[in-house]
Amino acid sequence: MGMTTAQKIFAAHLVDEPFAGTKVLSIDVVMCHEITTPIAIADLMSRGKDRVFDPSKIKAVIDHVTPSKDSKTATQAKMLRDWARRHDIKDFFDIGANGVCHALFPEKGFIRPGNTVIMGDSHTCTHGAFGAFAAGVGTTDLEVGILKGVCAFREPKTIRVNLNGTLPKGVFAKDAILRVIGHLGVNGATDRVIEFGGPIVAQMSMESRMTLCNMAIEAGGTSGICMPDQVTVDYLWPFISGSFASKEEALAAYSVWCSDADAEYEQVIDLDLSDLAPLCTFGYKPDQVKSVAEMAGTQVDQVYLGSCTNGRLEDLRIAAQILKGKKIASNVRAILSPATPQIYKDAVAEGLIQIFMDAGFCVTNPTCGACLGMSNGVLAEGEVCASTTNRNFMGRMGKGGMVHLLSPATAAASAIEGMIADPRKYL
Amino acid sequence: MKKFGGPALFLDRSDINTDEIIPAKYLTEITKEDLKPYLLEDLKLPGFDPKSDKTFGAGVVITRANFGCGSSREHAPWVFEVNGINVVLAQSFARIFRQNMFNCGMAAIELSAEQIDRLFGFAGAADATVDVDVEKGTLTIKGGGREESMQFEISPFDKALVLAGGWVDYADSKY
Repeated sequence: MGMTTAQKIFAAHLVDEPFAGTKVLSIDVVMCHEITTPIAIADLMSRGKDRVFDPSKIKAVIDHVTPSKDSKTATQAKMLRDWARRHDIKDFFDIGANGVCHALFPEKGFIRPGNTVIMGDSHTCTHGAFGAFAAGVGTTDLEVGILKGVCAFREPKTIRVNLNGTLPKGVFAKDAILRVIGHLGVNGATDRVIEFGGPIVAQMSMESRMTLCNMAIEAGGTSGICMPDQVTVDYLWPFISGSFASKEEALAAYSVWCSDADAEYEQVIDLDLSDLAPLCTFGYKPDQVKSVAEMAGTQVDQVYLGSCTNGRLEDLRIAAQILKGKKIASNVRAILSPATPQIYKDAVAEGLIQIFMDAGFCVTNPTCGACLGMSNGVLAEGEVCASTTNRNFMGRMGKGGMVHLLSPATAAASAIEGMIADPRKYL
Repeated sequence: MKKFGGPALFLDRSDINTDEIIPAKYLTEITKEDLKPYLLEDLKLPGFDPKSDKTFGAGVVITRANFGCGSSREHAPWVFEVNGINVVLAQSFARIFRQNMFNCGMAAIELSAEQIDRLFGFAGAADATVDVDVEKGTLTIKGGGREESMQFEISPFDKALVLAGGWVDYADSKY
């Protein structure tokens, strides 16, 4: 019987199996941000264990609240900054160089197919887009990762999701993942890896694959995974060209991490998305999904374009295409947060930022900001936001606020109309 | 072995998420104790008052499916811990929350839907109290003059973490 990608990664990283069903894995990349890491640092210090297992495998960024908004967040940033300096963690990203973790770290070329990745952030599953096993963990797991370079997991079963057909015009990766979550439910993939495949995924950019994998956790998934292929190699080539004689060689090396043709899945889900319409959430759970057509006319107070789900250049291009030459409605305010400084610079160079600003968008620095209601765009009681983020829990972007999750295209159309609107008429 | 249990707090809903357990705005706190007043602050549930003595006097939470979904924030188990709640009984948990509980030396115990229904049969009793024996895999609920016992299973690894008092010492001594 063949193996899935996740099974192969588990087998290659197994350090110990202290009990049947519990696998302790070596971790290739431990990622840190300033919200969940400082308390791990403080605990390690109090235990007299202020050590890191390998500074070259630790990546750190200040991204959730940056620039710091008050003395508490300044203290969190300082703790991470001081710790990175103390332990000579070279891949540390501070103001001016900092971006949203799950956009920044892939952009820096830190993730390789076959890697194990942990971070104290539930959307770490994003990095599975590279054919890695990437899982969000709590602070204690993060602490042990920092200290020993290991993490314990139950070996996850794999749900294979085939996205078949071709995505219609105006329908994007965000709509596809909302469809999948609507199908699986918010806990349909708990203790499972969601492996994405099929013709639509094969044609997707790395950015779109990250959008898919980013929301695996919204169905409870431990990780999302896409098979490494030519698209993966092309994306990584600037970082790996010194390690391989050719892209063909890199592809051959990375292909060992693809699931075998006879791999055993717990469940295989085939979804033909050829007739998929733009989607949108309507409630307080990410599996509460309707077509945008059904939600059209829902008044919004704020449009938010950004986050680790949809703050990438591809997303900005799609939205700018719709916004070009148009103005946002007078009843709405719109916020764009490019996810990294590089994306911001590229968006300036391409003239996208000009389009957003001419349309009436407020453009912020890269930050997680409003997505979890920590800074830069928190909602007031009773306000409604059309958002490209990944989570619509009650009060998520501010107490008493309502969040509708949708694609960058739908966000742009909604900004123009001041209500949830179908983007297809603008494309 | 640490004593698990205490007065029961019934939260009769599935998919209670980490934002409801401890809102993100409190993630700027860097000690566990500072989280204490904010227990379940944003949870909207008929008949539930996040500020009541009952909430803060509880020792065990009884709830439905997919408890703790959402963020990886370990602040969710911590806000329970600093309020004296060291066990959550649910039909199912989100993976990260469940692991965070055991990593802290606390218990996230999965029971069948039928067992959870039986526990909710005590929800009307003001004096409902649960005693949990993690080592034996048994729990007893008492209240309103009634008493009922049931069995549960947790994985050997999770049990070892509870016995070791958490994952940091376990891992540092072993790896």
